[in-house]
Amino acid sequence: MTDIRNREAQEAADRASTYEWGFSSDIEQDFAPKGLNEDTVRFISAKKNEPEWMLEWRLKAYRAWLTMEEVSWAKLDIPAIDFQDAYYYAEPRAKPKLGSLDEVDPEILRVYEKLGIPIEEQKVLAGVEGARRVAVDAVFDSVSVATTFRKELEAAGVIFRSISEAIREYPDLVRQYLGSVVPQRDNYFACLNSAVFSDGTFVYIPEGVRCPMELSTYFRINAENTGQFERTLIVADKGSYVSYLEGCTAPMRDENQLHAAVVELVALDDAEIKYSTVQNWYPGDAEGKGGIYNFVTKRAICAGARSKVSWTQVETGSAITWKYPSCILKGEGSVGEFYSVAVTNNRQQADTGTKMIHIGKNSRSTIVSKGISAGKSNNTYRGLVRVNAGAENVRNFTQCDSLLLGDQCGAHTVPYIEVKNPSAQIEHEATTSKISDDQMFYAQQRGLNAEDAVALIVNGFAKEVLQQLPMEFAVEAQKLLGISLEGSVG
Amino acid sequence: MLKIENLHAEIDGKQILNGLTLSVGAGEVHAIMGPNGAGKSTLGYVLGGRPGYEVTQGSVSFEGQDLLDMAANERAAAGLFLGFQYPVEIPGVSNVQFLRTALNSQRRARGEAEISAGDFLRLSKAEGEALGMSMDMLKRNVNVGFSGGEKKRNEMVQMGVIDPKLAVLDETDSGLDIDALRVVGDGINRIMRQPHKAVLLITHYQRLLDIVAPDFVHVLADGRIVRSGGPELALQLEREGYGAIAA
Repeated sequence: MTDIRNREAQEAADRASTYEWGFSSDIEQDFAPKGLNEDTVRFISAKKNEPEWMLEWRLKAYRAWLTMEEVSWAKLDIPAIDFQDAYYYAEPRAKPKLGSLDEVDPEILRVYEKLGIPIEEQKVLAGVEGARRVAVDAVFDSVSVATTFRKELEAAGVIFRSISEAIREYPDLVRQYLGSVVPQRDNYFACLNSAVFSDGTFVYIPEGVRCPMELSTYFRINAENTGQFERTLIVADKGSYVSYLEGCTAPMRDENQLHAAVVELVALDDAEIKYSTVQNWYPGDAEGKGGIYNFVTKRAICAGARSKVSWTQVETGSAITWKYPSCILKGEGSVGEFYSVAVTNNRQQADTGTKMIHIGKNSRSTIVSKGISAGKSNNTYRGLVRVNAGAENVRNFTQCDSLLLGDQCGAHTVPYIEVKNPSAQIEHEATTSKISDDQMFYAQQRGLNAEDAVALIVNGFAKEVLQQLPMEFAVEAQKLLGISLEGSVG
Repeated sequence: MLKIENLHAEIDGKQILNGLTLSVGAGEVHAIMGPNGAGKSTLGYVLGGRPGYEVTQGSVSFEGQDLLDMAANERAAAGLFLGFQYPVEIPGVSNVQFLRTALNSQRRARGEAEISAGDFLRLSKAEGEALGMSMDMLKRNVNVGFSGGEKKRNEMVQMGVIDPKLAVLDETDSGLDIDALRVVGDGINRIMRQPHKAVLLITHYQRLLDIVAPDFVHVLADGRIVRSGGPELALQLEREGYGAIAA
């Protein structure tokens, strides 16, 4: 049965573009029974054909989760979530095979576009000759259905797998690092994820290897009332480099959907990981109905000397975002960076930022956060810079800028600075501004319509962050900022 | 080309334009002069379609179209360019990006093809050189860190690239030194002194009119034209002041 399933998935991977990626794809689901208990955890583990240690790991997390409470410190109004009223596992079935890629429905390409999938990756997904090489591991709901360029990556020694495959094929590596950056009990949602994560991505870059292409994963949430619990683990061995792109989209639903992912990054000596996210999940309608709850734990450890991790995020979606991609700067001379653009419109709420934990000597961090609020939304930057007693000559630079559209939205900046070593140099700059009527009229007098004018001004505001994105992502992200703010100007 | 009839306009309930009537034909340059607070800038904003400026009476037609019925960007696409007295800064957006977006927005609105990257670069470079603006400056963010004179020259670069039918230039000469005034004035002549184009030049001083010779001069006071004449009227104003003429 499992073999058949794997073959189906592989066939699906070979023709990912034939899936209907429409806004209410009608794909048969294999559901785990509704609700959450130890049997749900066992069902998921069995479905994944996992070894015994993995099941035990999940059960341990589940038991710990039962004793924990939801977070309440964020500036968020989170409706009560009934964890028993959700499915924790859904798997799409492969559809009948088409003759060739020429049969790709133009409608599907249109939906790719609507979803904000970069043109180059549309080409890859559609099998266009000469498309720029970006390896795509598309996570369709919970099962990884498309993995391309695997062979070339394997030749370089790079492991790029769904986490389920990696658990079976590279158990020692996964076991060594899983939960090493985000412990099971770290927080309520990370603990829940540890118990029920359904799929995700594993990347290992061997010593001295520069990953020959950018790695890219798309997450889609497709089944109604299916919480999505992705698990990502990236390990960059000594002197290696990898750039990883994560794009997220979801179709429109009325029910609120829970997304509680965990991302762990490990950078050893002289390794560098660049992790870029563009998130445009369904934010709910103008009245705040529907939309994704995005409770994500992302953390990196710069374990080795001179290692570097750079988080870049463009967050435009989700009804509620609770997310703090962080760096534990343990290695001497290690570097952590966080570049963020967070857009909220209508009734969206975002509480996002980063934590830079300086443990190693001469470690440095840079934080650039750009918050854009419109409608009746609330946008909070929450960031911690901590310098431990033994961390000599630490440097941090933080810049938090907020841009307001209209007079009913909120922007909040909550910096926490804890310094236990007097040699540290910490800088914090913050600004709040509004798009001025002068700017709007100037742009409109030159020919731009109101929405294009807002998009242009907002993109200018966010430029420092957008510049950090890989080119194909940057272009999409710019469009996304405009789309997200549609209707925010009269 | 432009026909303003009995125009009344107010902002925040305060009446500024008070029955202004003015007709501008193709190939003509009209200078609008007048004391501070007469409504000169308001006239520019009302013609440009700035939100907040409410027309309470009167009409404006531009090439036969009802201008007041059009949004600001539609007026731009129809060929109306407003040179700002205080050009606005847009951080993070380069001049070339801004200008290309603007030009292509206008072209799309008119049903024309967008300009290619190469053609746009050649065009903006040529206009920049004619106005003493290097490509380096054009790659900098819109008016950010520009001196008063650079901002005004930048307005002229935009006008040259956009190539409008009617330019309403609001104190384009303010803040310019003598050399920059010459560059800007020559720019106006080169770009706009054409049979199918027209200029409405809002200014306080004769010095710009020495370079851009007007066909007509109007004195604006208390929101209406109180006197019109030829170039000699501007010289008379320079000698006698507004008080004597507007009274």
